[in-house]
Amino acid sequence: MHELTMNDTTEPSTIALRPDFAAIAEWIKPGAKVLDLGCGDGSLLRYLRDTRHVFGYGVEIDDDNLLNCFRNGVNAIQYDLESGLSSFESDSFDYVILSQTLQAMRHTEGIIQEMLRVGKEGIVSFPNFGYWRNRMQVISGRMPVSKALPYHWYDTPNIHLCTLGDFEALCRQCNAHILERRVMSNDHPVQFLPNLMGMLAFYRFERKG
Amino acid sequence: MRDSKSAGVVTPQYVQIDKPLQLKSGLELASYHLVYETYGQLNTARSNAVLICHALSGNHHVAGVYADKEKSFGWWDNMVGPGKPIDTNRFFVIGMNNLGGCHGSTGPASIDTRTGKHYGASFPVVTVEDWVETQAQLTEHLGIAQFAAIVGGSLGGMQALQWTLDYPEKVRHALVIAAAAKLTAQNIAFNDVARQAIMTDQEFYGGNYYAYDTLPRRGLRLARMLGHITYLSDDSMAAKFGRSLRNEELSFGFDVEFEIESYLRYQGDKFADLFDANSYLLMTKALDYFNPADAYAGDLSAAFRVAKADYLILSFTSDWRFSPERSREIVKALLDNKMNVSYAEITSSHGHDSFLMETEYYHQLVRAYMDNIST
Repeated sequence: MHELTMNDTTEPSTIALRPDFAAIAEWIKPGAKVLDLGCGDGSLLRYLRDTRHVFGYGVEIDDDNLLNCFRNGVNAIQYDLESGLSSFESDSFDYVILSQTLQAMRHTEGIIQEMLRVGKEGIVSFPNFGYWRNRMQVISGRMPVSKALPYHWYDTPNIHLCTLGDFEALCRQCNAHILERRVMSNDHPVQFLPNLMGMLAFYRFERKG
Repeated sequence: MRDSKSAGVVTPQYVQIDKPLQLKSGLELASYHLVYETYGQLNTARSNAVLICHALSGNHHVAGVYADKEKSFGWWDNMVGPGKPIDTNRFFVIGMNNLGGCHGSTGPASIDTRTGKHYGASFPVVTVEDWVETQAQLTEHLGIAQFAAIVGGSLGGMQALQWTLDYPEKVRHALVIAAAAKLTAQNIAFNDVARQAIMTDQEFYGGNYYAYDTLPRRGLRLARMLGHITYLSDDSMAAKFGRSLRNEELSFGFDVEFEIESYLRYQGDKFADLFDANSYLLMTKALDYFNPADAYAGDLSAAFRVAKADYLILSFTSDWRFSPERSREIVKALLDNKMNVSYAEITSSHGHDSFLMETEYYHQLVRAYMDNIST
């Protein structure tokens, strides 16, 4: 393959300000092969390319996002994740990333299984529904609206929200062995009562056995 | 508005190639000439060349206009020109008429210098691989060692793909639009009906109609009408023509009644006046034969092992002649080889013809991709 000849259009430094990207990047070995599912405008992939020198693809269904991926000069494939990852061979990536997309998917269990098949490791991040402010809003009788969950119940794409506990139960069910977990709140790491105090959760996992 | 960004007045150029061409069929063409046009300036590093490969009925006149002919815009003038998605302010763009065509490059309607007569039926069957070889000869003539990009839609996309397999070092990017790595049985079937329409025309004379000073117009007209139906979609036809009638009432006869009939007949007539039937036969055969996986027991991924280019693959949702599924097969083979590839499935109602349309999102995608190609 030719060396990447794409011109830079966005300052990497502005992207580096996104702590959720930095949290994921810390887990990625330099030069790895990465598949980013629901890659949005491609900025995570671009960030990983610039900071970790990864080779990878983004998968994205939305037209506007895809166009921005092209502008960002990252490889982007317009596929529907809901129909699986049949275009990707088993064990063909070092990491398969699902960044803040899990909660918007219909086939949640299916995508975790596919991540385990295609990647040596999976990385998932999602907004923690168990965050105390979310709980407070539910107790007060309303569906939560927050920085991490910026939608109303009637216009949200998030159809499968979960807590840390829920996700870990799903991992057990899917034979996914959790290697590492990170929990953040307002861009800071959370150690104490993560399922209550954490806004965003990050998991790194692999196939069991 | 179109004129303001047009490539401007262009003049076709010719090159005579005397190096014998070994054809895939085993035959040899001792010499031939090619007609081509260029747009923009080749930079001093000779690193900004882009080759546009044409489809079945296309030619070398990709962009711009002829001085003596008003409104004679090239067939992809909306895509290629100064400030356009394939920007001639940055790129040196080449359009070439394929061998076997009827717009200036040697083809069945040309005079065979050995006999002093038209080639006619004696013109050899040419393939996508053969075309790539002739394009490589032109490239050598122009002193271009490597293309920044090779771009093509439909049959043109097949040529772009083949370039990356035959000359991996000479192509940095391939833009493969509304194409396929091989035709399906249904697609070959359409081509054969078109060929049968031409070959069963009484004026065909086994392909040597030039000697009889006639043309198989009816056959070529039917072939084009059939082709045209397959290039559109049910929805786009419904939107454009519906069941509209030319006259207010039904005539209970077999003359033209529905607007779609009128349109197709007009398109067929126009084409039959402009295109050579033998060239049409050749082009459809080249489509049918294309299958780079053939040499690898049907394994397309294996075929791409030699490739080095980066790829942009585009398909259109309503294109049923070269459906998105065909493009996804190409993408899969490229992913298997860990090639740089991007793929978009563009929502469009215009069927296969979408690749020629000036659709904003489609053009934005091509522009974004081309803008990131260094020169």
